[in-house]
Amino acid sequence: MASFWAKEVPATIIVAALLIWIMPMMIGTYTLTVLLIYGMLGFSLGLIWGFGGILCFGQAAFFGLGAYTYAIAAINIGDSTIPMLLAVLVPAAFAALLGAMMFYGRLTDVYLGVITLVVTLILFKFISSTAGPEYVIGKARLGGFNGIPGFQTLNVPGRPNDYIYGDPYFYFCAVLLLIVYLLVSWLLKSSFGRVAVGIRENEVRVALMGYDVSARKTVLFAIGAAIAGLAGGLFANWGEIVTPNLFSLGQSAEIIIWCIVGGLGTRIGPIVGAAGLAYLKFLLGQQSMIDNTLLTGIILVLFVLFLPKGLVPAIASLWRISFGQRRQLPRHGARRIRSGGARHG
Amino acid sequence: MSINRRHFLASAAAATGAIMLPRAVMAADTIKLGSVLDVSGIFDAYGKPMDMAMRLAVSQINAAGGLLGKQVEVVGYDTQSDMALYSQYAQQLVREDKVDVVHGGILSASREAIRQTLHKNKTLYFYNVLYEGGVCDRNIFINGVTPAQQAEALVPYAMGKSGKKVYIVAADYNYGQITARWLQKFVADNGGETVGVDFFPLDVSDFGSTIAKIQTAGADLVIAPLVGGAHLSFFRQWAAAGMKDRIALASTTMGVGNEHKVLTAEEGNGIMVAYNYSQELDTPENAAFKEAWVAAGGDAGGMHELAVSNYHGVLTWAEGVRIAGTLERDAVVEALETGVSITGPGGKVTVDPKTHHAVLDVHLMEVENQGMRVVETLPQRQPIDTQAVCDLGANPDDNTQYEIQI
Amino acid sequence: MDLVFVIIVEMLYAVASLVLISAGLAIVFGMMKIINLAHGEFMMMGGYVTITAVTLGANVFVAMLIIAPVVVGLIGLVVERLVIRHLYGRLVDTMLATWGLSLFFIGLATMIFGNTTTGISTPISGFTVGNYQVNGYNFFIILIAIVLLGLMYAVLKGTRLGLIARGAMQLPDMAAALGYSPERIYMATFFCGSALSGLAGAILAPLVGLVPTSGGAYIAKAFITVIAGGPSLITGLMASSGLFGFISQIFTFAVSPVMGEVALLVAAVVLLRLLPQGVTGKFFRGRL
Repeated sequence: MASFWAKEVPATIIVAALLIWIMPMMIGTYTLTVLLIYGMLGFSLGLIWGFGGILCFGQAAFFGLGAYTYAIAAINIGDSTIPMLLAVLVPAAFAALLGAMMFYGRLTDVYLGVITLVVTLILFKFISSTAGPEYVIGKARLGGFNGIPGFQTLNVPGRPNDYIYGDPYFYFCAVLLLIVYLLVSWLLKSSFGRVAVGIRENEVRVALMGYDVSARKTVLFAIGAAIAGLAGGLFANWGEIVTPNLFSLGQSAEIIIWCIVGGLGTRIGPIVGAAGLAYLKFLLGQQSMIDNTLLTGIILVLFVLFLPKGLVPAIASLWRISFGQRRQLPRHGARRIRSGGARHG
Repeated sequence: MSINRRHFLASAAAATGAIMLPRAVMAADTIKLGSVLDVSGIFDAYGKPMDMAMRLAVSQINAAGGLLGKQVEVVGYDTQSDMALYSQYAQQLVREDKVDVVHGGILSASREAIRQTLHKNKTLYFYNVLYEGGVCDRNIFINGVTPAQQAEALVPYAMGKSGKKVYIVAADYNYGQITARWLQKFVADNGGETVGVDFFPLDVSDFGSTIAKIQTAGADLVIAPLVGGAHLSFFRQWAAAGMKDRIALASTTMGVGNEHKVLTAEEGNGIMVAYNYSQELDTPENAAFKEAWVAAGGDAGGMHELAVSNYHGVLTWAEGVRIAGTLERDAVVEALETGVSITGPGGKVTVDPKTHHAVLDVHLMEVENQGMRVVETLPQRQPIDTQAVCDLGANPDDNTQYEIQI
Repeated sequence: MDLVFVIIVEMLYAVASLVLISAGLAIVFGMMKIINLAHGEFMMMGGYVTITAVTLGANVFVAMLIIAPVVVGLIGLVVERLVIRHLYGRLVDTMLATWGLSLFFIGLATMIFGNTTTGISTPISGFTVGNYQVNGYNFFIILIAIVLLGLMYAVLKGTRLGLIARGAMQLPDMAAALGYSPERIYMATFFCGSALSGLAGAILAPLVGLVPTSGGAYIAKAFITVIAGGPSLITGLMASSGLFGFISQIFTFAVSPVMGEVALLVAAVVLLRLLPQGVTGKFFRGRL
């Protein structure tokens, strides 16, 4: 813990500050902002999947829920501060309920996947079918397929006419992502985080040691949802519209792909994966030679086949092999990659 | 809107640079026309020909010497049938590209996604698609037909050919919802009865149970404001169930994206529609347009209602700019409000100053052998639905979409 | 009375189409414990193969019942050799890889066929029941589903091939020791599963407007049906298709088609919460 505060926190802050300073010189802040938001979204799944072993096919549900909560609350309240908080709390509460239902029911892997997928689909179908005038929450029409445009965007707390947008909004998102990153890092170093990783590795054993596995998984799941919800609220502010597509399976798929490509079981991997792939998609979107979806698909297949641990761990182990002390034999590392399936539990 | 220091420095630097450049290379020497359309994704059947028509209109304007002595440059974005992308690209168009006008938006959802952004940023907006009516906003010009121009004529015609009991199957978003209410009103006005209304999300493609429900309700006529590729299945399943000879079918949207050319002749024949344009219109303007379309590399049968509306939209805007003699938004709006008229492939289109909608010809048609046969032409119809609620001359600051109440 | 008949037909049709769209996935999952998330795209390709074959002049039934399954089966074979076989025993990784494949096929189909909806007319005309007009094609789908279930049962239960397949799925090591290569059995199974997906896509093609993303509409339903069915291949498939088809049609008729879909999904969540091993994990144990 001591080295965490003394070394890791300052190092993270310095690296982050450098990046926040350098990146806007290369990419426009409007695009960078959404990369950061996707980074946060990838991070949320990276936390529960990579460290908790919970494969959620419906992380987009919490993202969408956060965005919709923000939009609806912002229309009704008019100031962005409370809506932003609600965008974190509502998905977290929803995830806590859903998680409790699943984890106390002892559902695992595939079944967990199906339930989260189905819940996402239900939300998607429901929100998509709310175009009629009877679907109103306060002053906000849910709008179905139309989505909800024209809500109050982020403002200085208490001053609804001082909007935070453009460059300042980029810095706001960057700092928020840094804070979330540090909080999660701290959580993982704490005993809660260690037990979570223990559950991922061997659930039965941790349970026999007297820990309430279901409760801990539920809490972790809710934390992941809270982060995804925060990303959703930020996304709503960035796009100035929320649409049912936020809940779509395609969105969920992308989050999973980010984590796989970036590297599971690392904190930085999913962020890098998300920002990198989203930027790649942005670049590919400007050409029409080859289909975007096709490339995403190929990337995913190739990563599962050849680099199932993802980019960040691969680069890290390459670094160790090339420059580090040779405590670990490379052969050992190779075998862990091949038997990658075990880690999902 | 606050200008921070970096922005100020950047624009100051740009301005200094601009002064030093020779006039010919200055970016401001072209007029920028922004376009946001679904050129890919599930609505590309609408968007691709619209994009083609817009580029055709711009190239014709440029070939004739441009506008105000400048060439028109298209800044186009493909919104990939994703409503969220509309909002993002609209921000891009006004913030980064600083365009002089925006044409585009297909589904009403996409229009509402960008209308406020463009309104706030004082960027002139043309929405060139048939829609549910009621938008009252001085920043927008609309030249698609509205329910009063289309459905009000279609409903009595279709009821006259079938019977009094009407069943409505509509797309589940703002267009379908509001149009369905208009249809119910027109059915009641003509002494009929609406026996059922069903809404379908845009990805629904199984209509078996609905077809059974329509029969249970004992309908004489089905009116279908259905939208997009998945909804095309309705017409196919309708024919497959052998319903074509039993219950009459009319639509407010079938054919605007050339759906009648995707359906077989047996599936499409007899469907009643009413639009501003049909490829079969026999006018010199239409012949010239079709020729120019093919010459520009377009598919000979590819133009449709929405593409022609988009073409009209660009021509109308260009006429407004010519009259105004400037690109400044308020001057162009005032010029258009003098009641500018153009004659395009769909006939004469005049701007209605009160609502910023269009006065145009509407044709009652029936689908026949993958074409649309004109049954009756209703010349120069007014958008009376919107005129009843909207008067931009009296309330220039109005910024709402009025919806019909039942 | 006529209405009751119509509703029953629609209900049977809903069940039959669930059986059809889930069969391919069920075989692959039941025998190989692999979830093929590209299943929907296999169906989509079956549809496109049929439409292409018909426009090239093939008889529509030949195209649906023979050409489409064979072509899609062969595509499945290639996929198995190139990707799936490296991932046996890694459930989650196969899900991800096949998800990637599904995106790949969507992109490929978009590049080849474009996004514009295509389709063919149904080959069977509608007919009248009392005051109602019924889609004759529904009966064809119901018939195909029954034949399909019968065939699957006969092959698994009655033939030597089925016996070997069942043996290999229960004890692959033992099957290997007896001289049957599990690898070849898996290969054959995946071929059959893909062919069935292609068949399902082909048969549904005349009813729907086909676009490259059509598969997405099926995969979730198929996935849910198979998982909820549980370990027994045929009984599970029948039980969950029957249950979900029934529930979704009740809500479709009583409320709206969207509520029908939502009811199906809610039923799936409740069912899995109560019976985490699927219907046949609790009832009908040991059946095929």
